Amino acid sequence: MEDQLKEFILMMADSSMILGQRLGEWCGHGPVLEQDIAITNIALDLIGEARNYYRYLADVEGINEDEYPMKRDVRKFRNVLLTEQPNGNWADTIMRQFIFDCYHYYHLEGMTESSDARLSAIAKKTIKESSYHLSFSGEWVIRLGDGTEESHQKMQAGLENMITYYDELFLPVQYEIFCRSKNICGDFNLIKKNASAKFNSVIHEATLTIPEMYHARKGGKSGLHSEHLGFILADMQFMQRAYPGLTW
Amino acid sequence: MNKIDSLEDRFQSRIDKEEKIEARDWMPDGYRKTLIRQISQHGHSEIVGMLPEGNWITRAPSLKRKLALLAKVQDEAGHGLYLYSATETLGISREELLDQLHTGKAKYSSIFNYPTLSWADIGAIGWLVDGAAIMNQVALCRTSYGPYARAMVRICKEESFHQRQGFDILLTMCNGSVEQKEMVQDAVNRWWWPSLMMFGPNDSDSPHSAQSLKWKVKRLSNDELRQRFVDMTIPQAKILGIELPDPLLIYNETRGHYDFGEIDWEEFRQVVGGNGPCNKERMAARIKAHEEGSWIREAAVAYAEKKKNYEKASVA
Repeated sequence: MEDQLKEFILMMADSSMILGQRLGEWCGHGPVLEQDIAITNIALDLIGEARNYYRYLADVEGINEDEYPMKRDVRKFRNVLLTEQPNGNWADTIMRQFIFDCYHYYHLEGMTESSDARLSAIAKKTIKESSYHLSFSGEWVIRLGDGTEESHQKMQAGLENMITYYDELFLPVQYEIFCRSKNICGDFNLIKKNASAKFNSVIHEATLTIPEMYHARKGGKSGLHSEHLGFILADMQFMQRAYPGLTW
Repeated sequence: MNKIDSLEDRFQSRIDKEEKIEARDWMPDGYRKTLIRQISQHGHSEIVGMLPEGNWITRAPSLKRKLALLAKVQDEAGHGLYLYSATETLGISREELLDQLHTGKAKYSSIFNYPTLSWADIGAIGWLVDGAAIMNQVALCRTSYGPYARAMVRICKEESFHQRQGFDILLTMCNGSVEQKEMVQDAVNRWWWPSLMMFGPNDSDSPHSAQSLKWKVKRLSNDELRQRFVDMTIPQAKILGIELPDPLLIYNETRGHYDFGEIDWEEFRQVVGGNGPCNKERMAARIKAHEEGSWIREAAVAYAEKKKNYEKASVA
């Protein structure tokens, strides 16, 4: 397998893995029982999706699937910065989720036609789940944005916190450009156009305002992360680091 | 015979004939109160029980175990939901139920006030705590109150899966390194006695038991269930190759059951009374989640109201 394809698969895998790990922190602490169940469901879907990508790599490289999430250090992770941001309050979590879902859904849509049969199969399976995530998070953005004064303010603050990480999603790095040239993934302009249309219409319906000026952060796709990722990995990799080489 | 007596007699004779009591049927106040207490306590146990295991979701050692644990804790939330719904059929709201939990008026299973200190604890909870819960719940599938019995049938299927999963975690570790096996033994040492306490006080000290058995809310006594659990668990401990921390655990040929040592009832009273190792943390976590959720619940109500108006406006 070409290195560029491997990096691309890791980017998809790590993004879903790290976001799933973050959502897992909510389990047992959700604001309402029904929402606790729903957010855990999304965590399960995302980690399940990540596992499919890691398995693909593991099959090619002849190693165990857990090697990827459990043994690499921060600089080797390729997840987008958005996914490693802290949960904050429910508004922050929902906004982070909604931005991710807008990107993820249309990215998967492009990948259903992938020239790589295994990625296309994963995308076809995952897009059904992602479609549910997008409607769940979109509905919550609207409900909280257009709910009470307090919920509106919290949702607006969530948008201002998370919008910083929006642009990175749609800015292709070198290995993505390579994958696009081989028809492994969809067209970036189309993904961005569709995702932005969805994003803008929900934000509008939620009576929220996208800040005119913000600093767009990037680097996650190339392994240049925020400080948060180190702590996520310290938790996630604790067992494999403390007791190396054992089966659980 | 006065009218009340005859209603109660008719009620008892339906119970004796194994008829299920449904939400709209007449029932004595005491029966209703007993059910509200018992089912809500059961629901609260599912919800508080998410915390000690949820603790290990971010640290689970593999993708397979992480997914299984997430799904398991999510199942518990689902069980809490069925049980709260079953309690609501008796005329009490979810808000009131949660208020009773948060103010300490309602109890939950004392086992969840113990800490999860290693990954083996996740296995031990599945094997012992879910194992003990199943003993109770299988019996409750035949409880006299219809909505409770039906919730139990669903819950039992998932719980037995959880128990096998817990056993599998321990078996994998017992087949591993010396360190892993020590971790399992340590976890079992800590969870064994609290698991036996899950069945509640001895029958002679159980204030509600006789009436609950007569109403068939309970189908087997605390001591009968505890004995079944001990008898079931010992052969499984042998498969794991671990010791259960009770020197008096010996098969009694005359009784055809295992004898076991005396439970430390003072510890049980302390933990039920709020002085267990994690009582304060568990309640603080539940109250925090609920309080931090209040603006979200308010917003959901406000938005539902607005949406109705938008729809009216668009029709007009």
